[in-house]
Amino acid sequence: MTAMTAAGGGPIARFRGTLADRNGQFRIVLVLIFVTILYGATYNDLRQGALRGLFEALPLPSVNVLIVMFYYAILALGLNIVVGFAGLLDLGYVAFYVFGAYTTAFLASPLHDIHIPWWFVVIAAVGVAALAGVLLGAPTLRLRGDYLAIVTLGFGEIMPVLARNLDDLDLSFIGGPEHFNLTGGNIGVNPIDPPILPIPGPWGDSLVFSNGNPVASLYLILGILLLVFVVCVRLRDSRLGRAWMAIREDETAAASMGIDTVSTKLLAFGLGASFSGFTGAFFGAYSTAIFPESFNFAVSISILIMIILGGMGSLRGVVLGAFMIRYVNDSLLPYLGRFVDDPIQSFGAVMPEIPILKERVEAFTLTSYNYLLYGLILVVMMIKRPEGLLPVAARKAELHGEGVAAEATFGTSVEVAEAATEFEAKAGHLKIHETSADDAPGTDDAPGTGGRA
Amino acid sequence: MNIAAWFAKNTRAVIALVVVVAVLAVFGKSIPIWSGCTAALDRCADIVAIGVFQGMIVALVALGYTLVYGILQLINFANGSVFMLGSVGALFGVEIFGLTKDTPATTVILAFAVILPVTMLLTAGLNAGIERVAYRPLRRAPTLATLISAIGMDFILQNVGQVLIGPSPVSLPSLLPTTNIITEPFVIKVSHVFVTAITVPLLIGLMWFVQATRQGKAMRATAQDREAAGLMGIDVNRTISLTFLLAGALAGGAGVIVALYNGSAWWQYGFSYGLLAFTAAVFGGIGNLLGAAVGGIFLGVLISLNAFYVDPRWQDVVVFGILVVVLVFRPTGLFAAKQSERA
Repeated sequence: MTAMTAAGGGPIARFRGTLADRNGQFRIVLVLIFVTILYGATYNDLRQGALRGLFEALPLPSVNVLIVMFYYAILALGLNIVVGFAGLLDLGYVAFYVFGAYTTAFLASPLHDIHIPWWFVVIAAVGVAALAGVLLGAPTLRLRGDYLAIVTLGFGEIMPVLARNLDDLDLSFIGGPEHFNLTGGNIGVNPIDPPILPIPGPWGDSLVFSNGNPVASLYLILGILLLVFVVCVRLRDSRLGRAWMAIREDETAAASMGIDTVSTKLLAFGLGASFSGFTGAFFGAYSTAIFPESFNFAVSISILIMIILGGMGSLRGVVLGAFMIRYVNDSLLPYLGRFVDDPIQSFGAVMPEIPILKERVEAFTLTSYNYLLYGLILVVMMIKRPEGLLPVAARKAELHGEGVAAEATFGTSVEVAEAATEFEAKAGHLKIHETSADDAPGTDDAPGTGGRA
Repeated sequence: MNIAAWFAKNTRAVIALVVVVAVLAVFGKSIPIWSGCTAALDRCADIVAIGVFQGMIVALVALGYTLVYGILQLINFANGSVFMLGSVGALFGVEIFGLTKDTPATTVILAFAVILPVTMLLTAGLNAGIERVAYRPLRRAPTLATLISAIGMDFILQNVGQVLIGPSPVSLPSLLPTTNIITEPFVIKVSHVFVTAITVPLLIGLMWFVQATRQGKAMRATAQDREAAGLMGIDVNRTISLTFLLAGALAGGAGVIVALYNGSAWWQYGFSYGLLAFTAAVFGGIGNLLGAAVGGIFLGVLISLNAFYVDPRWQDVVVFGILVVVLVFRPTGLFAAKQSERA
């Protein structure tokens, strides 16, 4: 049933246990990998040839959309370490993405005329992002949950502003030039060297992983995603992972059990950031250009939405959430827009003259409603299903059904709720997450009130 | 407390501020801090004055954050968007009344005597509705669940604003005369008087309401201890709704003023002004009404100085830098609130 039991067997069984908690799920994972490879390999031929009609009639994701889905899954897995495992709400995750992307831009572009191969740059990017995570985490980790959220949001906003503004530095005081362009400013960095493998083949002298060759990039990012997923599973089941979850549930209790809460939380920040740096390096090299506008608050929040939709702390859930959000945003909404936009716009043209409204109806595009969708997902999930679509159920119930205070950080009451359904007799009267709107005035989040009577 | 003792007590904060200033000073050409300061020192009084007027608007929004935080310990993320919808309301009002830059001043004033209260009523209702729909079901959930719900509401409202007026900033006709009403070299325009005439009564009215009325007392009691307040016969849900009504009205009023003062409305105003106002609230000690007002004016002056002496494009870094430094080193705000002052 659990990953732990599956991990008991030989190496193959352990691999299965890492990728999926049940054998049936392992098959699903294998099928998904196989389908992705097949889809990528045949996409161009089918899209242009035999199945052209099918591709136009159905909202099938293009290879580029698949790549975006995959690297957002990596971002979501990274943020999940911070938010889902360690329970620290980070609203500025995009800051580390900036570090990864700009490290790549510095080390592999004509901006500073440095051209290091991507395979080395990515190591530097991961290192820089992880260091940034630790440095930004160090002064902020002692803050309370909501203040931590705001401070991380602040960092997330400052980083793109720095990227935008540090294009004209006066370095004369250390003997440097008077106008030094560090970041490329508003126009960003373009071009950036893509990852290249010097393997001759049908693709030419060497294999280039850029948006000019999406299928190769798809396979690269698929491989990275699998690797990252396995790393996440191993982290979750490690001593460190258990320490994170202990801190999430009850920091005081964890500290009294001998966990060094500061270094454990810093590790969460650093590791989470390193995933983001990794993705930033891939994003910069794959798209061969970066712009400060691509790193805004909405990116941080969209990654958070993926985690909340899938289920905080649930690795499968997080990947599913990332796939769903990106697919809907990049494939489904444009597809549906093809059917909806024109009729509504032409209705706007014939509707009676109402100031502003008519103009807006005439300019209707479905894709501009994605923030509405994001917001609705956040509110509805928090109220109706805070545990996410694929919650971590059985193991959490064993661990937390024993009467841990349903307080500490968010997610906890959710898991206790799970515990309550699965271990009803055991869990007794858990005061959990009341969704009734007409609550009597309560003590809301006072410590311990959610605990077991 | 004298200044030396304050420095001794806040050494780390002072060091951090010095480091921030040093870093900003070092980043050369883009921050002509030294040359600019001396060259334009004579304009300093004007710049501070303009900052004070801007700060009063920020203070109105900041009060919304601080009111709600005081009573629910919730950062009402959506407050910025409610403010933004207030400026959208002003835009619609101008369209409906058909105001142009040639409209006589009396007509403009009469029109805004209608537009301002109506917008404030609408945003007040909207804010209370948000509480009812998105926060009240989560009253017993952990704080961060409500915060996430608030972020969700913020996104929804931002999208509504974007759909209502489009993705780019929309200009209003310049309705306020730009004549200077005092003698040169000092500048105070009609728009500044307009801002003051609306903001100051609102600020004083709110203080009076919270300090002197029965409902205000109920709010203070609920902020102090919700359960005990309930046991004393205070209708806690009603009091919380009232708090959101007040916060929404202030945000909407500020939105109308900003639309007129800046002459434009944009769906992204909510985010930028919202964070400015939140920083002001934190700066003054979140939950502290007077602190939020003072913090708002302080920040207004600061961004005005920054815009003139440094460069407006560093505004976000300055504001967030202050937010981060204050939260990390002195999370109770610079004027740590006495318990009785909280609302």
